[in-house]
Amino acid sequence: MIEVDHLTKRFGSVKAVENVSFEVEKGEILGFLGPNGAGKTTTMRVLTCFLPATEGTARVAGFDVFDNPMAVKRRLGYLPENPPLYGEFTVNAYLDFVAKIKGVDSRERKKRIEEVKDRVSIKEYGNTLIKNLSKGYKQRVGLAQALVHDPQVLILDEPTVGLDPNQIIEVRQLIKGLSGGHTIILSTHILPEVSMTCQRVVIISKGRIAAMDTPENLTRQLQGSERVYLEVKGPETTIKEKIKEIEGVLRVDSNRLDADGAYSFAVETQLKKDVRSRIARKVVDSGYDLMELRAMSMSLEEVFLQLTTKEEGVRGQ
Amino acid sequence: MKNVLAIFEKEIKSYFVSPIAYVVLTVFLIIAGYFFYNILTIFMERSMFAAMQSQQFGGPPPSIDVPALVSRNFFGVLSTVILFMLPMVTMASFADEKRRGTIELLMTSPVTNLQVICGKFLGALVFFLIMLLPTMLYQIFILIYSSPRMAFGPIFSGYLGLLLLGGALISLGVFISTLTENQIVAASVTFGAFLILWVIDLSARSGGTTLQEILSYLSILNHFEDFSKGVIDTSSVVIYASFIFLGLFLTFRSIESLRWRQ
Repeated sequence: MIEVDHLTKRFGSVKAVENVSFEVEKGEILGFLGPNGAGKTTTMRVLTCFLPATEGTARVAGFDVFDNPMAVKRRLGYLPENPPLYGEFTVNAYLDFVAKIKGVDSRERKKRIEEVKDRVSIKEYGNTLIKNLSKGYKQRVGLAQALVHDPQVLILDEPTVGLDPNQIIEVRQLIKGLSGGHTIILSTHILPEVSMTCQRVVIISKGRIAAMDTPENLTRQLQGSERVYLEVKGPETTIKEKIKEIEGVLRVDSNRLDADGAYSFAVETQLKKDVRSRIARKVVDSGYDLMELRAMSMSLEEVFLQLTTKEEGVRGQ
Repeated sequence: MKNVLAIFEKEIKSYFVSPIAYVVLTVFLIIAGYFFYNILTIFMERSMFAAMQSQQFGGPPPSIDVPALVSRNFFGVLSTVILFMLPMVTMASFADEKRRGTIELLMTSPVTNLQVICGKFLGALVFFLIMLLPTMLYQIFILIYSSPRMAFGPIFSGYLGLLLLGGALISLGVFISTLTENQIVAASVTFGAFLILWVIDLSARSGGTTLQEILSYLSILNHFEDFSKGVIDTSSVVIYASFIFLGLFLTFRSIESLRWRQ
C-alpha cells in the first residue's frame, strides 16, 4: 500500500532523512519509532505530498507522491502533530469544510460526518466550538478530519502527544480499532505505544532506518540482553560449551570464518553483566587462540536510550 | 470550482466568527458616515453661500452641482479610508493558516494552490463588498433627494472603481500575508506598502516631469479618480486587472515556494 524507496530529504546541507526504504502492507499498522528530530515528521510530510523529496520515490496506493499528488491526497488522511483546527468553528462546520475540500460527495457528506463523529465518539459535541474542547477531544476532531473521506491510508504524527494518560489509552484503542480497514502509519517516541498498537516497527534515528521488525522481537532483542563478539581458533562445539558455562551467558551463536579453523561467536549475555574478561580468560585457559573480542556496538541501543521506554500512569491494556 | 467555493465559504465564515470583521465594519462605517456628513454640509453651505451672493449682487445663478460634488468627494474619501482598513481584512488570510498549522490541511487536501488562492481572494473581495454595501445607502439618499435628479452612472462607475482598487489592494495584502505567520506583521507590512502607493500617487500629482507622468500612470490611486467622475477608462481597468493578476501570481509563487523552502 505504501512503498518508500531510497528516500532522501535535505534541507540545505542538512540531511533530515537519508536513504530510507520501507513498505507497508494493506491493513497494517506500522509504527514509526524514533527520538525527537529523527526525521519522522519529515518522512510523513513527504508521504502526504506536503514536502517534495530530494531523492528517491514514495508511492501511496500505487501513485507516486511527486508525479500524481492529487490521486495520493484523495486516498490519504493525515493528522499532523498539531491537529489543524479552526478554533472558532463548531465541530460540525469544521468537518463539513474538510469533507468539502477532501471531495466527499455532497449527498453523502452529512452521513459521513455523522459516521466519523460516531467513530471517534464526539457525537454530542457537534455544535461545540472547537476552541472550547479539551485537548483530547481536539485530537479526536483531528482524527475525524483525517477519516472523513474514508481514506485507504492514514498517517498520524504523534497522535498521543500532550494527552493525559486516560486520553492516551482512548486514542490508542481508537487507532487500533481502525486497523484492517485502513493502512496506518503512526509515529511516536514512546516505546510502549508501538508495542500496544503496531504490528511492525521502523526505528528511525538521525534520518536513517536503524531497525525494522515486529515490536516483540525488537523489545526482546534490545531490552533483554547485550552482545559480545569474539573470534577464536579452535573446535567450534567445545568452545561453545565452555562459553555457555560462564554465568550470565544466555545464548551463543557460531559461524565458521575461514579454512584455518577460526570461528566467530556471538554471545548474548544478560544486561549489565560484563563477561568479556571472563570469556577471554576461559578461552585462553582452555588453550585456544583468541583472535578478537569486543562488545557489539548496536546503534539501536543508543536510539533506545533516547526513547521514552516507560510511561508514568499509563497502564497497558 | 467546487473547491474554490468551499474555500470561499470558509473564508467568509471565518471573517464573521472572529471579532476583527465586526470591528473593521463598524470603524469603517463610522468613518464613512462622518465624512459623508461633513462633505454634504460643506457643499450645501457653499452652494447656499453662492446663491445668496448672486441674489445680493444680482449676478448669474450659481453653477455648483452639489450632488455630483458630494458623491465624487465621498468616493475620494472612501478610496483613502480603505487603505487603512484593508490590511486588517487580508492580514489573516495565509498568516493565520500558517500559525494554526491548518496550511498543512489545505496543502495535503486534494485542492490545488490556485484554488486555495482564488477562494481566499474572492472571500476577501466579497467581505470588502459587504463593507461597502451600507455606504450605498448614502448614495441612494443623494440620488433620491437631488433635484434635478442626479445621474446614476457616476455612482455605478464609482463602486466599480472601488471594487477594482480594492481588488488590487487585496491581492497585494494576500501576497504579503503569505510571507509571515504573524498577523500583526502582515498587517503592518501591508499598511506600509499601501502608504508607499499613496506616496507614489502624491508625488505623481505634484508636477509634470516625465518621471511624474510615468508615476501617475502607475499609481493605482490616481486611476480611481476617473471612476469617481463617471468615466470608465479601459486603460484604468487594464491597470487594475494587471495589478490583481500580479498580486495573485506573487501569492501563487510564494505558496509554491513554501513547500521547497521549509
